[in-house]
Amino acid sequence: MSTFEFPPSIRSRPVYCVLQARPGKAHLMIADAEGAEALIDLALRAPELMAKAHVIYIPKATDFGAALKALNPAQYYEGPSYSAAVSRIKRVFLDASMGLQIYLSGTEGLMGQALSEAMQAGYDHTAIQTEHRGSLARRMQCVHCKGITEDVSNDPFQCSHCGLNLFVRDHYSRRLAAFQGVCIDAEEPGNVPPSKELYS
Amino acid sequence: MTLQFNTETFRDDYSFHNSQRAIDRFPFPFHEDSYMYAVNMERHQGGPADSVYEKRFDVDEHYVAEMADRAKVLDDDPLRCQSLPHMTLAGWDLLELIMVSKSEEYPDFFELHREGREWYWINKPLGIEDHFTFMDDTTLPYGPMEYITRQTQGDFCVLDQREDNLWMDAGMVTTQADWSLDFDIGMNFFEWHAPVPLAHEKGIFKRALKFLLNIQQGAPARRLNWTMTVNPLLDTSPENYHKWGIQKTTLTSENIGAKQHLRVELQTFFRLPRSNALVFPIRCYLMSFQDIVSKPKWGRRLNRVVRDLPEELAAYKGFIANRPLMLDYLSQFDDGLPTSFGVWPDEHITPTLQR
Repeated sequence: MSTFEFPPSIRSRPVYCVLQARPGKAHLMIADAEGAEALIDLALRAPELMAKAHVIYIPKATDFGAALKALNPAQYYEGPSYSAAVSRIKRVFLDASMGLQIYLSGTEGLMGQALSEAMQAGYDHTAIQTEHRGSLARRMQCVHCKGITEDVSNDPFQCSHCGLNLFVRDHYSRRLAAFQGVCIDAEEPGNVPPSKELYS
Repeated sequence: MTLQFNTETFRDDYSFHNSQRAIDRFPFPFHEDSYMYAVNMERHQGGPADSVYEKRFDVDEHYVAEMADRAKVLDDDPLRCQSLPHMTLAGWDLLELIMVSKSEEYPDFFELHREGREWYWINKPLGIEDHFTFMDDTTLPYGPMEYITRQTQGDFCVLDQREDNLWMDAGMVTTQADWSLDFDIGMNFFEWHAPVPLAHEKGIFKRALKFLLNIQQGAPARRLNWTMTVNPLLDTSPENYHKWGIQKTTLTSENIGAKQHLRVELQTFFRLPRSNALVFPIRCYLMSFQDIVSKPKWGRRLNRVVRDLPEELAAYKGFIANRPLMLDYLSQFDDGLPTSFGVWPDEHITPTLQR
């Protein structure tokens, strides 16, 4: 099962819902990995959306591409990574007219980055639906060097840029699409507790 | 008023010091012998003569040194000052508020001459004289918010008001109690306060927000907040925590009186006229434990507050590891006698320490 119930947390941490069909002139659906399953579930409940849907999908190491394509969206794109897909995503937001519905599903990193693009294009974040599926890994910003480390699934972890040992906070920036990582051994250099899987 | 500006540093050799006048006017934040979060707002319409509450923007002996420290922080990390594109008008509002206030309240230090939109600003302590056109960004060396807050003590958060909320959409933040403007910019009131323990559950932020949304032009408000800092370090930023965190481990029973500082924030709130934004200056006052206990009432009270503070708050404020050492020191200045209500030192009615 690709769903996970997140425990209650602080007010800056995003919360996710289950995608609901909403009336719209066009439907932009962006997903990665197991996020495909949320789109498939949505299409099962509301097959009429797909004739007006543009699906942008980043499979990562999963195999849902054929099933998504079989939903017959008006436009279907599969990209090797978010950074490869982002210029297309920006273009779609630029061209979008009133009445576009936006559906995001998959990992927190994918949803956060796509939401941040949508906000920059002028969409209100509260009007965008998000459904978490799959990996619990987070996109982390090192507060010290500002470098982003993708797919962090353990706490603490080592910053992939500056090498500091960081603990994983729940404090989240929508603008950066990242959680905050803060040095864990600043007051006792070298004293780093064993790394544990998030939510384990 | 004559004011001598200190030659001092807030880093490296830490030559920061408070004169007797600065000690006498320190905004001691505890009005009783215990502490818990409260909204604790009051009008910011003056205060006792020579207190930090008297002027809209207090200028004290640390002014010149604090501005030099701010310039150094910005050289090292320009992201400490940011303004989202829609906040430029609020920046001009803020520049006007500060220039008008300072030139009225400190005419010996600051002058503002206005001929229509052509303005002439003189800042004598910092040796700045600039002619510029009000509301024309190209006539100043920085954006309006950055220009004026490089000349004004305290951090500045400029909050946009929309959707019944306040949004941290611009700021100058170099003397912060461990929070990052670069990370928090664009967040709403509840989001940027998200990491604060206990206060959400007590409804503090809901009530505070309701109050702040209703602040009117010409009716600013203020409150105090506080934390602890080892060494008089202004820039206790998360960005540099991996550098300064280690300083917390340098306290000993011999040096604690000089090294451990109570850090008080005088937070004020002003509605800005054109943008309807709210500006939230956070002015930091530092005082060493040894200077605090020179006031017998403050010494007794600080011991009781630190001793009885809930664990979550001591952890959040970052001094839980040093609390035993602090209490070893402070308890020497608490003889158990009662203290008078209110924040003032009340030296004329306070008994000296009974040993």
